[in-house]
Amino acid sequence: MTPFDYTRAEGSAAAVKQVSGSAKATFLGGGTCLIDLMKLHVENHDLLVDITPLPLDRIEATAGGGVRIGANVRNSELAHDATIYKNYPALSEALLSGASPQLRNMATVGGNLMQRTRCPYFRNGFSPCNKREPKSGCAAKDGYNRSHAVLGVSEHCIATHPSDMCVALIAFDAVVKTHGPKGERAIPITDFHLVPGDTPDRETVLEHGELITAVELPAAPWAMRSHYLKVRDRASYEFALASAAVALEVVDGVIKTARVALGGVATKPWRAADAEKSLVGQKPGAPAFAATAEMATKGVAPRQFNGFKVALVRRVIVRALETVAAMK
Amino acid sequence: MSPDQDIDSAADRREFMEGVAVGGIGVAFAAALPITATADEPVPPARGPGQPVPVKLNVNGTDHDLKLEPRVTLLDALREGLHLTGSKKGCDHGQCGACTVLVDGRRVNSCLTLAVATVGRKVQTVEGLADGDVLHPLQLAFIKHDAFQCGYCTPGQLCSAAGLLKEGRAKSDDEIREEMSGNICRCGAYPNILVAVREVRQGALKEKP
Repeated sequence: MTPFDYTRAEGSAAAVKQVSGSAKATFLGGGTCLIDLMKLHVENHDLLVDITPLPLDRIEATAGGGVRIGANVRNSELAHDATIYKNYPALSEALLSGASPQLRNMATVGGNLMQRTRCPYFRNGFSPCNKREPKSGCAAKDGYNRSHAVLGVSEHCIATHPSDMCVALIAFDAVVKTHGPKGERAIPITDFHLVPGDTPDRETVLEHGELITAVELPAAPWAMRSHYLKVRDRASYEFALASAAVALEVVDGVIKTARVALGGVATKPWRAADAEKSLVGQKPGAPAFAATAEMATKGVAPRQFNGFKVALVRRVIVRALETVAAMK
Repeated sequence: MSPDQDIDSAADRREFMEGVAVGGIGVAFAAALPITATADEPVPPARGPGQPVPVKLNVNGTDHDLKLEPRVTLLDALREGLHLTGSKKGCDHGQCGACTVLVDGRRVNSCLTLAVATVGRKVQTVEGLADGDVLHPLQLAFIKHDAFQCGYCTPGQLCSAAGLLKEGRAKSDDEIREEMSGNICRCGAYPNILVAVREVRQGALKEKP
């Protein structure tokens, strides 16, 4: 790591002022991604403002029947929270499928939203990479791209978004609350992450110095019947090759509400909205689920080594939906 | 390297570290550490960001006053600053678990934790597991069941298992395996680690009223 200064935040407003006032400053949460990337010299900052002392560590019920999750809540605390476990089970499952117990004890909810890709060409610090070094090219497109995205890609970047948590959040219509230089705002998570387009270095809509303070989950009774299924190269402690967060509300034998969100296959946490709509009004079962899976992968753009993800993610969607349909 | 030894200028270190980043893990072990002096030594004149700051670490119940650059990880502060070399540097990127310690009773990767960020918290390392000469039940079980070969990952395995017991969630063998999955053992002692952790967990259950 190149040398940097460290300071503890004394209030959200002060932290925002400190970071927005210096181009090379950033917020430090759990550090599991940031310190790693700084050791690799992929990220370099001259000031880290530690936001973990801020009182953003509570999980509270909202007036509307939803849940407000403070940005500093650790991944392990959120995963084992009784309300989340019962009312939004796919979120617990997604969190527990990510990283290791140690890393989950460190990583925060805000930090997980800002997690950066595991693309090896991004991380190695020297390959052409438009995300790390704008306009330098993309070594992944014609490189070993087995782990890369097939949805939301551009000619400039095919890096996969690595988060499990975000996939569940996007299925549940989460809203990201922020405090920035221009004040506070609420950003629907579908708008929070950006597809790479021709600016892969820009990954979220956040401005420099804008602090995530909380994530709100709206009331969603149907979310109790949700599931996160993750397929990876080993049984634990590995990023997804393909994953799905799904939910179904079935009334009188007919699907009334459906959610299908995908991970491991796209450049941002992926909501398959058209596929969800196609399920509404249908009877839950193999024919409907297969058609939905097909629709969710419309527009895929596989490269040399990641074509298998198309068939894999379809099967993940079908199996996850079958699991939820069988829930009592 | 002794903790009161001043080392290279910041500029030299930076160049060296940049070289190391490409060279890989093996070389990183030899990297000069930006740990400069004890608290009572004069602070060198400021030369840009990252100047050493006073850091009071509470490790295994004892306070230590160090002067560290903010970029020094808890792992490096423990090993190079306090000479507590039980915690191991395996990957230095949070992927192997050899550096696992407990901070305020929770297991974390000390290689991804800044030492300066642990001020005011209680750090417990493998050196603090035993009560004097009386080994921790996990240490006894690891010996009894031969739960290691080379031993390099063992301090991390022990601290991680201590965290697992505190959390109290892992019940079945599969749950123990999953909850220990953040600790890699290149010798493949996993079956014996599992038996050792299971035995202590069951013993801990019996002791509870």
